[in-house]
Amino acid sequence: MRMKACDAMVECLKAEGTKVVFGYPGAAICPFYDSLMDSGIRHILVRHEANAGHEASGYARMTGRPAVCIATSGPGAVNLITAIATAYADSIPIVCITGQVNTEQIGSDVFQEADITGAAEPFIKHSYLIKDASELPKVFKEAFYIAGTGRPGPVLIDVPMDVQRAEIDFEYPSKVDIRSYKPTTKGNAFQVKRVLAELEKAEKPLICIGGGVFAAHAEKEINELAHILDIPVITTMMGISVFSDDDPLFFGMLGMHGVKSANTAVQECDVLFLVGARVGDRAVRTPLALEQTTKILHIDIDPAELGKNIRVDYPLVGDAKLVLGQLLEKAKPMKHTEWIAQLSEYRKERAFTPAPKGSVDPREFIDKLSKAMPSDTVVVADVGQNQIWTATGYHIGRGGRFMTSGGMGTMGYSLPAAIGAKLAAPERPVMAICGDGALQMSMMELATAVQHDVRVKLVVMTNNRLGMVRELQTKGYDGRETAVFLDGSPDFIKLAEAYGIKSCRVTDQKSADEAIKLLKDNDGITLVEVRVDENAATL
Amino acid sequence: MKHTISVLVENHSGVLSRITGLFSRRGFNIESLAVGPTHDPEISRITIIADGDEHTVEQIEKQLNKLIEVIKVRTLKKDECFARELMMVKLNCPAEKRSEIMTIAEMTEAKIVDVTLTTVTLEICARYNKLERFTEIVAPYGIIELVRTGTIAIQKGSETMMLKK
Repeated sequence: MRMKACDAMVECLKAEGTKVVFGYPGAAICPFYDSLMDSGIRHILVRHEANAGHEASGYARMTGRPAVCIATSGPGAVNLITAIATAYADSIPIVCITGQVNTEQIGSDVFQEADITGAAEPFIKHSYLIKDASELPKVFKEAFYIAGTGRPGPVLIDVPMDVQRAEIDFEYPSKVDIRSYKPTTKGNAFQVKRVLAELEKAEKPLICIGGGVFAAHAEKEINELAHILDIPVITTMMGISVFSDDDPLFFGMLGMHGVKSANTAVQECDVLFLVGARVGDRAVRTPLALEQTTKILHIDIDPAELGKNIRVDYPLVGDAKLVLGQLLEKAKPMKHTEWIAQLSEYRKERAFTPAPKGSVDPREFIDKLSKAMPSDTVVVADVGQNQIWTATGYHIGRGGRFMTSGGMGTMGYSLPAAIGAKLAAPERPVMAICGDGALQMSMMELATAVQHDVRVKLVVMTNNRLGMVRELQTKGYDGRETAVFLDGSPDFIKLAEAYGIKSCRVTDQKSADEAIKLLKDNDGITLVEVRVDENAATL
Repeated sequence: MKHTISVLVENHSGVLSRITGLFSRRGFNIESLAVGPTHDPEISRITIIADGDEHTVEQIEKQLNKLIEVIKVRTLKKDECFARELMMVKLNCPAEKRSEIMTIAEMTEAKIVDVTLTTVTLEICARYNKLERFTEIVAPYGIIELVRTGTIAIQKGSETMMLKK
């Protein structure tokens, strides 16, 4: 069918089933916005392009499908980069559409021109700069395919204004065939057999789950396998909520900021089975020591991750869902009673310390909060101390979901990601937990939530400090604290009022209980400020 | 250790910058790089000489393979390929030195492509090591200018890394 290219772009999104897009307009993307207006696709106007990317990221994590964000040329596109890098580090499928100056002007430094495909290259799975409008349908088809398959990630489509205005014959391709991109999905049968044999032979096997399990939608399979083989499970930060906290096989998050039971399990196991976990430096600080004492089995869909950070005895390239399915076909029930009993001794209930007057122990608050919230709550942790408190202290219930910017550690991620997640799962409670530093990196998105009535819950831990950096300076720089004081921050309750958002402040146990009730019961957008000791420790 | 890596890529604009960007951001060292079209107009071939241990080369291969426009990557072992590089050298060469340089050219299978009153320009096509040696030999005459293409390589025998049609 003959149509304008910008109309065709909208048809492509419709063909991909896109219901919601996140964006910010500008001159170079106006033709596309004009077409989008009557399309029936919901547009969420963000207040900063980086947040368009983060919102798409939160949306994609909930739906498991590529989500779309839009920006104009130049500064709009460049502002997206932080979100692109964040999505790349955590393997989140997003498709970024950017406007570009007219084709003939490219390279002449005209107004709002930036080489976005060049600038985003280090953090992007793939990118296109479209010079021939007739290629649009094929490029869109490929972009969604590349973003969502293999190891998922961000893909960018840069469309010059004259290309958007051109006329093309539109037909959306039904198939993708990229000769140089054929991700391996099924595991090599022989290797699957060997991995299973090693798991069966092991006396102290351990499963470590990473974000790849979510990417592969393999939550069910890994739960089944762990229970059939009776193998204890730990996760990286990206793998939190694949297992619920009350599962007797679950021993928490490992790593620098992890819990004792998980870290002890890693040290004492004889076979470590990594599933969609890349052994990042925050998870395993000394891979060299670990590989010498422990047999490593590793499933990953990205062959480059096998052997990159740790030497692997049995690498298994493939999609976790399919490979675990192959293992399940052959797995026979086993028991590791003694090993599990041994590990259970390292599990302990947290002892909370009394907090100074006017504040509460953040871990105690999170503990209580998690016990009160519905089990299917989506929790989005920001970055810093609040992230660790939430990752290790929030009890994930059955059907719960945790997400955070794991790899990149992008401050300000939680609020926009929660907005995206809520739009994808409107029936579930979605709650962002952040600090006063992070919130001030993306609090302009409160307006986005209000404008589009996205009923997220927001918990802000305030101690007027960049707490994790402050702690780093206390411990590592002789207590020379610099540039970590957030004086000048607004009164967050008044801020919430200014936006017309219901809020309350927590300064003691009583107000904590009231706040938790508000978070649980209030259906509208809710902000709770939790006063925390300025010297509160991360661990 | 030096490795010869042959890469088949889609002949799109921007591919080369993706590849060189990958090398620099992952800290891989490129000794030389040569790019050109193949007999299939849609495919270009890049030959990279890279320095690193086995683990590094394995990572280079894997990371290259992740680039969507990379079709195929092969690390060619020294004894399984012919590797050649073209070099041109402009030397100081007064008349009395001409015959000497001509003898060197003959012995090294270099070609004299240009002569002036004061200079001579030589061309030589050989393996990397031979070019290094050749440079040493002619250096005493005074090198004015030296330019190299970077190594290209092809597998010996009937083996090929091109795609089957």
